[in-house]
Amino acid sequence: MRLEILNSGYTFGTKVLFAFIQLASRRPVPDAAKLVFYRADFYGDPMKKVTHEAMRGPSAWSVGDRELMAAFVSKTNECEFCIGAHTATAAGAYHDEARVTAVLSDLETAPIEEPLRATLRMLRKLTSEHAVDANDMRTLLATGVSRKRIEDALAVGFAFNTTNRLADAFGFFVPGPEGFESGAKYLLSRGYK
Amino acid sequence: MEQKRTAHRAVVKRVLEGDGKASRAERRAAFDNTSLTEPLHGFISKVAKHPTQITDDDIAAVKASGLSEDQIFELVVCAAVGQATRQYQNALAALAMAISDEGS
Repeated sequence: MRLEILNSGYTFGTKVLFAFIQLASRRPVPDAAKLVFYRADFYGDPMKKVTHEAMRGPSAWSVGDRELMAAFVSKTNECEFCIGAHTATAAGAYHDEARVTAVLSDLETAPIEEPLRATLRMLRKLTSEHAVDANDMRTLLATGVSRKRIEDALAVGFAFNTTNRLADAFGFFVPGPEGFESGAKYLLSRGYK
Repeated sequence: MEQKRTAHRAVVKRVLEGDGKASRAERRAAFDNTSLTEPLHGFISKVAKHPTQITDDDIAAVKASGLSEDQIFELVVCAAVGQATRQYQNALAALAMAISDEGS
């Protein structure tokens, strides 16, 4: 990572934990995990609550749907680390990699439910233009997506519009497919706590 | 939803109002992406709007201006949380407007 403190500025206890994770997973600790341990009271601890609540808290959207939203927001932001991480996690949650690949390559032709497609369209506009208007929301509500579901999707949008920026600003190392697979398994069993 | 909003408010409050190595005024300016001087202004604007364009040279320039790595860490976090918060609040307001129109 571009800041030396994010590579080596951890407390002794955290360094021991990283060594343990590395031994158990036989992989380097992903930079996304490292970031939330750096001065965790400043950002990592409160942000983990935000992300866990958005991604694993109560919602009518499935875990797969929310991971797909995370991957799709990351694609819109062209954030390579987060695209890889959440494509693998969404594919694992759905047990269907083709569904995720189809959405990321062309949202309009992907074989998914219309309310999910319309929600992803709204997230794409919000992410790329930084704003949506009441007409966009009326269009989305008209597809049958409830207010609660829209609010839940916006919480995913917040979490990943934050994380994507940090990944690219700090220069997260982008692992290969095996690294993303390993991370996806962790996120599916433990969430973001 | 309320838990999600509460968790969001907590992270915003922590990065802006809690203790930090950068001043609260600097953190607020990075969060708002406003009132900063170069080279910090250009760097923070990239975090907010074009994060994929950030290079090692951008970080080097900000360091050379006298900021510590911990201050840069905090200001980048504030800029990212700030931009994502503006999006979030804009969309929640648009949703509330669409819902209130439906009810009228």
